Amino acid sequence: MNPVIPAEYGLILAGLLFAVGLAGVLARRDLIFILLSLEIMLNASGLAFVVAGARWGAADGQVMFIFILAVASAEVAVGLALLLWFHHLHRGLDADSANEMRG
Amino acid sequence: MNTLFIIAGAVAFVSAIMTVTRSNAIHALLYMVVSLLSVGMIFYILGAPFAAALEVIIYAGAIMVLFVFVIMMLNINESMSEEKQWIKPTVWTGPAILTFILAAELVYALRQETTGAFRIVMVSPVEVGISLFGEYLIGVELASMLLLAGLVGAYHLAHHIGPAGKREGDES
Repeated sequence: MNPVIPAEYGLILAGLLFAVGLAGVLARRDLIFILLSLEIMLNASGLAFVVAGARWGAADGQVMFIFILAVASAEVAVGLALLLWFHHLHRGLDADSANEMRG
Repeated sequence: MNTLFIIAGAVAFVSAIMTVTRSNAIHALLYMVVSLLSVGMIFYILGAPFAAALEVIIYAGAIMVLFVFVIMMLNINESMSEEKQWIKPTVWTGPAILTFILAAELVYALRQETTGAFRIVMVSPVEVGISLFGEYLIGVELASMLLLAGLVGAYHLAHHIGPAGKREGDES
């Protein structure tokens, strides 16, 4: 059942993509870029699941990827609605301008 | 096989880095679409064609269109003056080159597959469906509740933006 691609390569790539997304979340202050970086991280975790599923030729990895897809779409819908709300309140998308409560 | 994987992975990594480091949101979205497409290519190489199709359709299609929609609605980059810069070739050459690499790779992989030199263990959509609606049925129910909650939440949040100031419309 061994696929031709070693599973290590896929997991390394997933880790690299996740690191890029994490760096984006930590470094950027624009809310749209923060959401995009979150997408990159979710995508990387889905990649890790599919790689692990392909390693044993099982369907479970793709099933988990479908669940991650559902989570990502729900997160994007709510996140973008919050982003609209934020833009309406602060006239901008700078995350640092939300440093007060009762915003 | 390995070189195909490494090329697609390099494209995904480079375009992810370009996504995070852009200053213009639309340029970042272009690179993000390329990154998602290359991850879909990797899924195909790994023998998960159903996941690859879902990646292209839902991620690169639906979710990215939602991002484009919101960016256009907020009108972040005061459009008309910058529109001339967008059409300059420097903006889209990077994503175009990366996409051409992916397209060449896909054509090569498809030709290899028809000649039978492409030895991978495919996990077919049938197996995924049987597993999804068999042992993971509870997860499907939970995902449906999550999506319903996301729908209601997005509608509720965007619904209240309207009356106070300029009308932003309801999203999603």
